[in-house]
Amino acid sequence: MTDVQRTTIAITLAALLLAPAGAAGFAAGSGQPQPPQEEFVPIDQVPPGDQLPAAPLLIGAYAIVWLVVFGYLWSIWRRLSTVERELTELSGRAGGGAQDT
Amino acid sequence: MPGHRTFAGLTLAGLVMFAAAPLWIAGAPYESTMGLIQKIFYFHVPGWIVMFLAVAICGVASAVHLFRHKPAADRLAVAAAELAVVFGLIGLATGPLWARKAWGVWWQWDARLTMALILELIFCAYLLLRRYGGPGSDKLAAGLALFGLANVPFVYISVNVWRTIHPTTSVVPQLATSAPGMFGPFVWCSVAFLVLFAALLAARTRLEAQRAEVERLYLALEEG
Repeated sequence: MTDVQRTTIAITLAALLLAPAGAAGFAAGSGQPQPPQEEFVPIDQVPPGDQLPAAPLLIGAYAIVWLVVFGYLWSIWRRLSTVERELTELSGRAGGGAQDT
Repeated sequence: MPGHRTFAGLTLAGLVMFAAAPLWIAGAPYESTMGLIQKIFYFHVPGWIVMFLAVAICGVASAVHLFRHKPAADRLAVAAAELAVVFGLIGLATGPLWARKAWGVWWQWDARLTMALILELIFCAYLLLRRYGGPGSDKLAAGLALFGLANVPFVYISVNVWRTIHPTTSVVPQLATSAPGMFGPFVWCSVAFLVLFAALLAARTRLEAQRAEVERLYLALEEG
């Protein structure tokens, strides 16, 4: 196993172990602790200071989908190109070997 | 080559549908309580539908590989597992953005969300096992995929059985009658995801087949 592989495993494991703690901290938010809310409050009755604009979240969600899809397409294309190049080279070597013998 | 043409055609069709999706979504009516943010629904739910489909394919192919020893089934399982992680990531990333606005929190450790995260982690574990597990890891990973598949019904019904802030499973099946204006864009986006999934699955399975061929050639060269 190479150093790069070991590092990748270590980073992945660390991310998986720390994710719950990070998510909990992120959910708790920053600033002063608020008293717990006891009942449902419709979104249009929330104070303006507590309201989040929806558009950036919506655009962010769509951007993530596009990034993931295109990133994965690129990753498959790159891996396919590599393996097909290797396959061509090996086929040539195998063919050459067969001709030598 | 027919394989290349199928992949290119499906990918192009999927991407065109993706590009046209915002037009459909913009024309859909606003949900009365959540407003604009509810439109994440059109990518979030299809993402999970495709994730469940990928898990089902991976689970069934893994069972075939385990009990019938079919290498082609194993290659399909690996491809589907990777796609399960990719589409699960889309669901897990878009959900919190919707939740932050609709629920006021990014994440909630309730039954649905936690089980969905566990499902994603099972398939991350599957891929790590395949990558670093060494000889025999294909059988171990196949067993893990069966556990992943068994987890899907629990994820699906969790919103009906346990107390959770996530909407129940009745929303989507009743969409055609309860909100016909939302049904068309939802079907469009779902088909776009399915077409793209089919293209990616074909390409990823081909990659596994090519890798197997490379391995076979290396062995042939060593023996020769």
